[in-house]
Amino acid sequence: MAAVLELLLREEVAVGAVLRWLRQGPGHRPAEVTGLVSLSLLQKDFVPFLLNFLREQTSQILTNGPSTPAKTPNSKAHGSQRTGSERRAGHKASLGSFLTATPEALPARRGRRKGGSAVSTSGRQVPRDLGRSLAEEEDGKNDSPSWSGGRRKRSEVPLVSARSPPSQLNLNNLEEFPPMGAASVPGGCKPSRRINPTPVSAERPLSKPKTCFTSTPVSQSPAARFSSGSNLEAFSTVQEGNLTSVISSSLQEEREMLKKERCKLLHQASSPAGISLDPGTPTKPSYTRSASLPAESHLVTCADPAKVSCKKQLECLARLYSSCIAENLVPNIFLELFFVLQLLTSKGTSTAEEEEESDLEVNERSKDASGRQHFRSVHNCVYFAVQVLDYQYEIISHLEKGTLKFLAENERIASFSPTLHERLRQAYESSTAKVSLLLPCSVQSVSFQPETDNRSNFPSDRAFHIFKKQRDIFYELLREWEDNHEKTGWDFERVLGNKIRAMMAHLSATCNHSHFARLFQKQLIQMCKGPVGGGASWGDTPDQDVLNMLGPDNLSRLKRLQERFVVPQSIRGPCPPPSFPGCQQFFRDFILSAGSYQFNQHLVDSLCLKILELDGLTLVEHEHSDGEADMDEQDEKKRFTVVLLSLRLLAKFLGFLVFLPYRTVEQPTRDLQDSAVALRNQTLPVLDVLKLLRQSIRDHRSILTVPWIVEFLSLADHIAPFLDYYRKVFCLLLLMVLSEDKEMSFLNKLLILAVLGWLFQVPSVPEELFFATDVRQEGVMVDTVTSAQALDSVPLVDQQLLYTCCPYLGELRKLLASFVAGSGAKNGGFIRKITPTAAESLAPKTSVTQRKLQVELEQAFFHNQPPSLRRTVEFVAERVGSNCVKHIKATLVAELVQRAEVMLQDKVKEEDANHDKLLEEVCAHLYEEGAQALIKGREFCKKKGPEAVRVLLPEETSAAVLNSAEDIAVELATEKACGWLSANIAALIKREVKATFNRMLKVPGLPLPSEDALELRRDCPPGCQHRAPFPSQIINEIKVHNVHFLDVLCVAVGPRDEGEVIDHDWLECLLGRLSQTLRCRKFMCPTSEQQLAKCTVELASLLGESVMIIKSNPTYGLLKLLLSVWKEDFGAPVPVQLMFSRKNIGYLSEVKQREWDLFLFMLHGLVEHDLMRTSEIESCLRSLGELPWPSDFLKELEMLSRVFTSEHRIEEPRTNPRELTRQSLGTVTAQS
Amino acid sequence: MHVNPAGLQFSIHSQSQSTLLSIFSQEYQKQIKRTHAKHHTAEAAETYYQRYLNGVMKNAAAPVLLELANEVDFAPSLMARIVLERFLQEREQAIPSKTLINSMLRDPSQIPDGVLANQVYQCTVNDCCYGPLVDCIKHAIGHEHEVLLREMLLEKNLSFIAEDQLRAKGYDKTPDFILEVPVAVEGHIIHWIESKASFGDESSHQAYLQDQFWSYWNRFGPGLVIYWYGFIEELDCHRERGILLKDCFPTDIVTLRHSMAQR
Repeated sequence: MAAVLELLLREEVAVGAVLRWLRQGPGHRPAEVTGLVSLSLLQKDFVPFLLNFLREQTSQILTNGPSTPAKTPNSKAHGSQRTGSERRAGHKASLGSFLTATPEALPARRGRRKGGSAVSTSGRQVPRDLGRSLAEEEDGKNDSPSWSGGRRKRSEVPLVSARSPPSQLNLNNLEEFPPMGAASVPGGCKPSRRINPTPVSAERPLSKPKTCFTSTPVSQSPAARFSSGSNLEAFSTVQEGNLTSVISSSLQEEREMLKKERCKLLHQASSPAGISLDPGTPTKPSYTRSASLPAESHLVTCADPAKVSCKKQLECLARLYSSCIAENLVPNIFLELFFVLQLLTSKGTSTAEEEEESDLEVNERSKDASGRQHFRSVHNCVYFAVQVLDYQYEIISHLEKGTLKFLAENERIASFSPTLHERLRQAYESSTAKVSLLLPCSVQSVSFQPETDNRSNFPSDRAFHIFKKQRDIFYELLREWEDNHEKTGWDFERVLGNKIRAMMAHLSATCNHSHFARLFQKQLIQMCKGPVGGGASWGDTPDQDVLNMLGPDNLSRLKRLQERFVVPQSIRGPCPPPSFPGCQQFFRDFILSAGSYQFNQHLVDSLCLKILELDGLTLVEHEHSDGEADMDEQDEKKRFTVVLLSLRLLAKFLGFLVFLPYRTVEQPTRDLQDSAVALRNQTLPVLDVLKLLRQSIRDHRSILTVPWIVEFLSLADHIAPFLDYYRKVFCLLLLMVLSEDKEMSFLNKLLILAVLGWLFQVPSVPEELFFATDVRQEGVMVDTVTSAQALDSVPLVDQQLLYTCCPYLGELRKLLASFVAGSGAKNGGFIRKITPTAAESLAPKTSVTQRKLQVELEQAFFHNQPPSLRRTVEFVAERVGSNCVKHIKATLVAELVQRAEVMLQDKVKEEDANHDKLLEEVCAHLYEEGAQALIKGREFCKKKGPEAVRVLLPEETSAAVLNSAEDIAVELATEKACGWLSANIAALIKREVKATFNRMLKVPGLPLPSEDALELRRDCPPGCQHRAPFPSQIINEIKVHNVHFLDVLCVAVGPRDEGEVIDHDWLECLLGRLSQTLRCRKFMCPTSEQQLAKCTVELASLLGESVMIIKSNPTYGLLKLLLSVWKEDFGAPVPVQLMFSRKNIGYLSEVKQREWDLFLFMLHGLVEHDLMRTSEIESCLRSLGELPWPSDFLKELEMLSRVFTSEHRIEEPRTNPRELTRQSLGTVTAQS
Repeated sequence: MHVNPAGLQFSIHSQSQSTLLSIFSQEYQKQIKRTHAKHHTAEAAETYYQRYLNGVMKNAAAPVLLELANEVDFAPSLMARIVLERFLQEREQAIPSKTLINSMLRDPSQIPDGVLANQVYQCTVNDCCYGPLVDCIKHAIGHEHEVLLREMLLEKNLSFIAEDQLRAKGYDKTPDFILEVPVAVEGHIIHWIESKASFGDESSHQAYLQDQFWSYWNRFGPGLVIYWYGFIEELDCHRERGILLKDCFPTDIVTLRHSMAQR
């Protein structure tokens, strides 16, 4: 490894040769690289080695810390290295000397790394953390607490040691650089070192990014390590040895911070399986550190091109490194860019400068080229960085405008490479790639859609009603979460857990999970459809704004502020672990709290379906030739963005659900892993992502598919990547990184590389995967076909989408911003809305019938027409067909149902028949007429289809084309509508009739719809001003009167004046207004009218009886008025028979001297006004007579009855009622 | 006509009579609710029943039940219900169904005992806040205001779907009106309007929010509630989230232009 580098740096091998060597398979030995032949075995390890070499070399300069060699070799580590190197001693004469050059870093790191790596086998996140705290601890213990671990952290790159096999490490280390701690006890000893404790803890603006960087290591698998000749035994001993110290140690401050962060995260993800717990932590502290940016930015060394040493070697390295980036040999190009920007913005202190000199001298003395410290000075670092940036110009120029601005304004670039500076400036000026990050979304509900949500979609009334409640509860929970989740001490599980589980229990009881899963998924898309996705740091912008506002001087204040307002998603770093930012958190926590297998399963189904649907959408159909392409392109881009973001969101949740059962905090041990792999290899994946990925590559649609598959995989558990199936997926993805798709649009490719690069850094994805040669060989590239639906070559991705999907790219900009002290750079902070595009399923193809030829002709017709024509026709057909069915439902079916209702009404009254049978009969009657639906449907389509097509197609479309298009649309629509109708009309009629019938049976008391309709048909009299008193007012007044009369009746306080009891004028007026109210139908409703009818009957009874009791003059006028109101003004039947009720007649029975003439007058009036028939009254009187009255009362009643009967027998041709009454009155009183 | 609770006593004269009645009725109902349980024990029912029996024994024409209700400070209709329930229970030897009781309260002539029928009737007509008659009046008032609102919508040319149409389509929760094309009222988008012919006090508003307004929001998005008899100003605190309160038909309405509003 190092030998290769050595050869290169000594200029014995050209960069190009090394690259060729890298690209070729292990067996390949081109003549020109003879020097490398013997090293062929190491090819795959070279890139990781190079990356680590650069980290190592620069570790000093990036810390701002003193340049004293900080690390002591660990004797054990040393031993293992020795073994390794002995093996290879033959062809690595120079290796040793290279290693001596980096003695400070390697051995100590090795030691620390042991700890790190030991843990790292069981989980990558944790070790990173532990590694860091270990470093801190060492610093603290051995030196000074104030010397915070920034630099250590950097140098502690856990993987470095792992990456560079022990065998190659520091053979000569001890010889050339006798370590300070040479005497220290082997095996977990605390390394001692010479460090001048300089209080620089607060002044390492760049340390954060560095930490981030180093926290995302690239390392080899254990297998790779062994194969390269390390001593397994020694290795593992070392691991053990240091593990203890790792666990037991931690710098106090760091620990506190970790605690805090962890606590915060625990609050966010209270779930036991909360996956964001650990992933969140590692990058977090790094952020905190970055927040403590130094105020002493004046210490920044002025980088000077004249002071650059060993330019040649730097150029060499830059070229090699750039080529690796360009060839996608590095796992994450943005990580490398980040590193390069770190170098560009590195700040050496003056002390460092001075020490630099001496170190350089030392280096000069060393003959070993690769061992020399090429990066000991800021000048060298900047030189190297600018070189690399120059090589990577294409990528850089595609970054968002803000980043470009910082680069264009960077004075170091300007002084080191005026040409690059000029290019960047131009790129900045021409860039339109302004990116804005979205603010948190607000909650909106999913609308109720009768087609999917009304009663007919549920098996039972109960299920329907329960779901109604569940919907409301769900939103209640959502609102509660929205209001409270950011409050301290609010705990999702504690507050909402039980409510959610109760809800799940209800859902299970009524089998409503599918409905709820659909609602849940829709709500998820609704709330999270915006750019907040991708699992990274949103809230970047606000923070940046604050930072800019305050300036670096106030950063400690900012830090305190930040501690108070911990933004849940403020996880930083160029490679943050997957997370659920913003509203997504609610949905994740909901799933976790619900803990419902049924729900999860339904949700998985629902997610899969939606993913498949979206993934298969035809998104691009335009031809670039004509002028309208621009507009189409914009639309397509928008549509693509929406679809892509939705897919990523859905896939993330799918991944979350699918891998949830297997999630572990720590990486399982090898044994557990093997058995789990053996077990899980037997099961089929829920969603065949491999197939979809293959298809997408074949069809050139990977730009749509890869980003969501990455989201899905990013939530994989630790075992999943080792499963045969997912390994294949990973291999395929890796091949995508390596393959060069020349046709792919640049930003499309960049997005794919960015998300894949991120994926390879995700904790659960094994780090060695990227460099494993077998993986690269395993995957067989999929053949591609030319597809009409190809997306990869279409420039669909813009910077907005790129940064939306990969918010961590914003870290580059932050890094640059933090370099510019007191920068006032403005951030774009506007909210960008993405209009959701409904995913309309395309019209079904015409069913293949004997008209096959017709279909072929039709296809031919479309072939030479613009694709939009076809889309329009299909769209019209789909809509018109669908509308046709709706129309038939609303007209023909509704009509039939109404008729059925009438029929049923009659029959139900007649007999207590078997309802089912009745229903069947009535429906059978209607089915024949249902056949009309097809005729009407055809008519409808024929009328509507052409209209729509004409409106939608360009005006200029030729008549012939238009006619054909119309015909096809009508045909398709008719086929669709009539096909559905002929299959479903009978069932539809039956369902509707049944529903109506059930409604009818349920509310027998209420007026049936048909009666209701009759009622409504009554209109106000012509010219009605709607000024009549409100019904409620009249009811109230009558109520008051009735109370009054009742008082009269009940409180038997002797005879009073008539006037005292009955205010005739007032009553008359009331009745007049009642009449008005009844005539104006506007404010009348059935209940009001029924109540009025009842009240007035009561009023009549009470009035009559009061009159009788107090023996006043009969108020015939009032009664006559009432009778006419009943007859003329009431639409509703007046329950006059109530006058014969026991209660009302009862008032009379208690009175000694009864006056029957008024009553008789009333009876006659009823008959006369057709309110009751004679026979009805007779029967009422008869039944009254059967009640247990006092005997004298009974006698009078009989008498009355007789008189009434006789008079009406005689009286068929009516005479003056008044006279009649007089007569009868006389008779009755005479007899009583 | 917003009512600020603190200012209530000072501004009482400026409130309309119906607002005051509405507030009174709500307060009365709150009081009844507080004491409801006390009157509903088996012992209480028994006591009332016995007192009723004794009372009508002495004088069947006297308003025994009404006076009893007034004496114990309970709504007459509810007293009638308790005694009727007890009466039927004794007569039928079974707990009578709610439907039967309700039906008898609505139409006392169905009560098999003439005296009790009179007494019950007397209670229901004399009750100002409870009972079938009052319910009916409330219903009528509610309906009348809905009609008024409909008029105003038509006048403003805002097309809407009314509750009965929604019900026919199978909606599970239905506000009075859903606007076919949403409008903005005082800068807030609304999709639906609910008419409430009562005063919006805290307890009734909370109940409405829970049972109706949030449910509408959950299905149709933000909307407007009109409390025709006013409401407590502080309750109008969900504007941002999507529930707007007014005490009259809004004047500041912005419609979507070039839209299908004219459809």
